[in-house]
Amino acid sequence: MKISREDVLRVAQLAHLDLAPEEVETYRGQLDEILGYIGKLQELDVSSVEPMTQLRPRNTHGESGASVAAAGAEPELRDDVVVPCTVADAVLAEAPDAAKPFFRVPKVIER
Amino acid sequence: MSAGTPWTIATVRDALLAKKTSARELAKDFYARIERRNPELNAFLALCPERAYAQADRVDAAVAQGQPLPPLAGVPVATKDVISTRGVRTTCGSKILENYTPPYDATAIERLENAGAVILGKTNCDEFAMGSSNENSAYGPVRNPVALDRVPGGSSGGSAAAVAAGLSVVSLGTDTGGSIRQPGAYCGIPALMPTYGRVSRYGLIAFASSLDRIGPFATNINDAATVMSIIAGHDSNDSTSASVSVPDYLAEMEKPVTGLRIGVPEDYFGAGLDPEVKAKVEAGIALLEKLGCKRVPLKMPHTDYAIATYYVVATAEASSNLARYDGVRFGLRVQGNTLMDMYRKTRERGFGPEVKRRIMLGTYALSSGYYDAYYLRAQKVRSLIARDFSSAFEKVDAILTPTAPIPAFKLGEKTADPLQMYLADIYTVTGSLAGIPGISVPCGKTAAGLPIGMQIFASHFGEARILQLARAFEKAGGFAI
Repeated sequence: MKISREDVLRVAQLAHLDLAPEEVETYRGQLDEILGYIGKLQELDVSSVEPMTQLRPRNTHGESGASVAAAGAEPELRDDVVVPCTVADAVLAEAPDAAKPFFRVPKVIER
Repeated sequence: MSAGTPWTIATVRDALLAKKTSARELAKDFYARIERRNPELNAFLALCPERAYAQADRVDAAVAQGQPLPPLAGVPVATKDVISTRGVRTTCGSKILENYTPPYDATAIERLENAGAVILGKTNCDEFAMGSSNENSAYGPVRNPVALDRVPGGSSGGSAAAVAAGLSVVSLGTDTGGSIRQPGAYCGIPALMPTYGRVSRYGLIAFASSLDRIGPFATNINDAATVMSIIAGHDSNDSTSASVSVPDYLAEMEKPVTGLRIGVPEDYFGAGLDPEVKAKVEAGIALLEKLGCKRVPLKMPHTDYAIATYYVVATAEASSNLARYDGVRFGLRVQGNTLMDMYRKTRERGFGPEVKRRIMLGTYALSSGYYDAYYLRAQKVRSLIARDFSSAFEKVDAILTPTAPIPAFKLGEKTADPLQMYLADIYTVTGSLAGIPGISVPCGKTAAGLPIGMQIFASHFGEARILQLARAFEKAGGFAI
């Protein structure tokens, strides 16, 4: 057994999940089994491998073999221009408790 | 249309131009079909007739005035419930968004409507697209229209079932680890996952942002290609969408396949593959060889590590993306004494078991002391899996595999064991991790009549290649091999 009850409770706390007592043991067993399986990643030597942080390769080939390298490496950033954003009312309308222009939540600061 | 022949984009267009039907009559006919079949299939979670009829009337006015019709004029379309639709309830199959109505449309939806499509409604799916059977929906499972006691696959089970049952002509699904391709295989229809960045994710409610893609379900390759030609292309609202030009898919797909090199990785035909699935996929490959393709044996040595890699990367991203559901800005709120208490109660009540399991798995993999051993290592193995593909595509034009190791299983058969459910994603998650496009095409049936899917991968932005092979396969009768 790799994952303890305490591990489950720690992770649930980090993830803001308020687990019912009977859920704790279920998830403990399941996470233990799944993480046990994931342990097979330790078999590989990855000491000289870069992590994959970009989805698009630097030099990709299109459907007809034509190079589309230009599209690969550079992120496509839009111009930094201020544009009006008029969705505030529509967004607040979906909030469980809104007091325009705010979202209202339980009191966080005691004084 | 006779009962057995499904409507296609082309037959809808012909019928409208010949004034044999109107877009409004067609929408009405599809809503009648949905009313008849949906109680049994549970494919739709919400319908939007007002919006659909308004759009149909615009199409009918264009027909009456003799205006040129856009490519999807009057075509009834369904969309997975993780894709935002302005004014139409969008739940992601979750209780936490039970009453959520987006204030905007996803780019893919906007493009479909601009092309004349009639959006009928939202389809059922695994909660936040997390699942391989559609049994993780908070609104009940979808049934497979081909075999009602079986799952339609997941997570886009409702979108696959809707098209397979003739409740929409085409539909949109999303694919993170196989969620378009596998339900396509289980329901016996073509289902395409485009290259990462080919279709804008703007308005797609995030599960795993480096993996999520939007793509079509259809009954034929022409329809899949037509939808792709509309939804593909750069969108300034999604910085990860590519500005690679969109080829003319309909022209490209008719090119002959003679001389194309098709790679067959032995790693995809080993233990765990159902013998009937194996036999049909082998027959499918043989058919393409008969059409002039050259078979090239391949080895992709890191295939066996794909599931472990995927379930670290995807759950880590999910744990971050789903942090936004806390009862503050949208969706469910369960009152608490403190802010923290409110967060916890809301998330405990709002999320189902699979979503909680994945949030915890991802949180664990990212947590202090475990990050290097899990998340960072998985990102490195992801590079190795992507490298397997890039090396393969130096030798071949496409890669052929089964879509799933087994055909559609029975409802409830695999729900007790999450790991066993994950392991069945083995052939689809590889392409997801590599960012390449893949399609599942029907490839005959088992003796019991269950559909089998054959998967075709191509290199980045190679959708035209995929469609070309799929189209040749379709024309040669491969779907019913």
